[in-house]
Amino acid sequence: MAITTTMPEDVAVIEISKLSTRFGEHIVHTGLDLDVRRGEIFAVIGGSGSGKSTLLREIILLHRPNAGSIRVLGVDLQDIDDAAALALRLRWGVMFQHGGLFGSLTVLENIGLPLREHRTLDNAAVDALAAQKLALTGLAPEVGAQYPSELSGGMMKRASLARALVLEPELLFLDEPTAGLDPESAGEVDQLVRKLRDGGGLTIVMITHDLDLLWQLADRVAVLGDGKVAGIGSMAELAQMDTPAIRKFFDGPRGRAAQEQGQQKPAVPQSELIGSPSWKPK
Amino acid sequence: MKPRIVKPSPLESLGQSAATALEEVVALLSFVGESAVALGQCIAHPSRMRWRPLLYNIGSAGVGALPIVGLLSFLLGIVVAYQGSGQLRQYGANIFVADLVGISMLREFAPLITAIIIAGRSGSAYAAQIGTMAVTEEIDAMRTLGIAPLDVLVLPKILALLIVLPLLTVFADVCGVFGGMIMARAQLGVGFEEFIDRFTKVVSVTTYLLGIGKAPVFAAIIAVVGCFQGFRTKGGADSVGRQTTRSVVQSSFLVIVADAMFSIAFSALDL
Repeated sequence: MAITTTMPEDVAVIEISKLSTRFGEHIVHTGLDLDVRRGEIFAVIGGSGSGKSTLLREIILLHRPNAGSIRVLGVDLQDIDDAAALALRLRWGVMFQHGGLFGSLTVLENIGLPLREHRTLDNAAVDALAAQKLALTGLAPEVGAQYPSELSGGMMKRASLARALVLEPELLFLDEPTAGLDPESAGEVDQLVRKLRDGGGLTIVMITHDLDLLWQLADRVAVLGDGKVAGIGSMAELAQMDTPAIRKFFDGPRGRAAQEQGQQKPAVPQSELIGSPSWKPK
Repeated sequence: MKPRIVKPSPLESLGQSAATALEEVVALLSFVGESAVALGQCIAHPSRMRWRPLLYNIGSAGVGALPIVGLLSFLLGIVVAYQGSGQLRQYGANIFVADLVGISMLREFAPLITAIIIAGRSGSAYAAQIGTMAVTEEIDAMRTLGIAPLDVLVLPKILALLIVLPLLTVFADVCGVFGGMIMARAQLGVGFEEFIDRFTKVVSVTTYLLGIGKAPVFAAIIAVVGCFQGFRTKGGADSVGRQTTRSVVQSSFLVIVADAMFSIAFSALDL
């Protein structure tokens, strides 16, 4: 069992090779290869049914691929035993599309749950850490006492993000971080992700349809099509490619508008950014 | 051009439903196996046991069910005594109402009615709870947080029902026999004292224990089927309703099948 806690820069945090997945006769991935580097914001896009969500589920050990290998943080997910899987799960955080918060627990209890389960801390320390993450994601302290059913969609995503961050993960997965949010809340999520990246050390992998988010935040983007990676690169690089699967993200009014806005400047004023004097794609 | 929906031939749909049913049986068996392994691990390492959900489930499935179980078995006792009274009176065998009510309630009706009520009350709640959690990604979240859903959601429910259902059956025994006593006095003029006197003579401890002994088996069926159907929920909210219905139908069905098997086994064993 090889778990390395420190890895040199520019090493792939996620290495996927020759991945194949199918549900019955429906083929989702055929020989998909993908690498995610340490410290980048990596986005996966693709049309509905292109296997983005399945890919994410396979990376986070919720679904087993039919063939191929996935290595995350240097650990091969094939034939991983329960103890190694648990150790690995504690090194990443996942923000689910619908939050995945436990309805029977308050927001603060939800955020503190991973600590209660896996760390030996007293209640006061757990609550203090949970409250700190709550504040980090921009939620008011009184939200902590509420139940998930009382929250709006944007608050639910923030609370889910706070829970994903509570064990200080090396790798953060975001499933549709802005889907179902109004433009203002979506903009706030943008800023939050940016703030996390600038905090340093964190690798962020997200699945998204949000073109603004892609143009402004993603260092590299992989486009899935026909069960493979149809194209990979920064948004500016992808915009130059001719593959039809990629073109459909850039052609059309929405694609062009986001492209113009993204190439001009980030949507948020620089003064609002924390710890990042200038923003440019890596 | 309108897209045409191709209707499968009767033979094809028959084959499909057979294949689906077979797949479900295999999935149920593997779920039983997984739960058994998790239970074994919990017994080997009691620190893994989740006490809070266990106590909560004992409260909600047990204490909460007392009024309905008590009322329905009381009514059942009344019905049995009333149906018997007409026949018994013709032969002047009024006192035999104690045999009738005592043996039928303790051996058959109390365990069965309790199990059916709990299948409708708790089994459906289990399926709905787990199904909703599957739809809202809570189960996925649980796995990614390194918490085994079986430990938190399934084992406490199985153990709670294993503890609670035999106790509820005893309660149903008491209420059912009491209902029969009231009817016996009203319809046949058999007083409480006479009834109890006859009851203690003809109803053996074996009868009582055979009835109670079925309860843990029914409990395991109800809890496992309820949780299993919950985990099979896929897609949206309509699926939660569908799986909940299936859990009640299946667990009631399996409880009655198990009861019939008990009858066959007991008659073969001369019990």
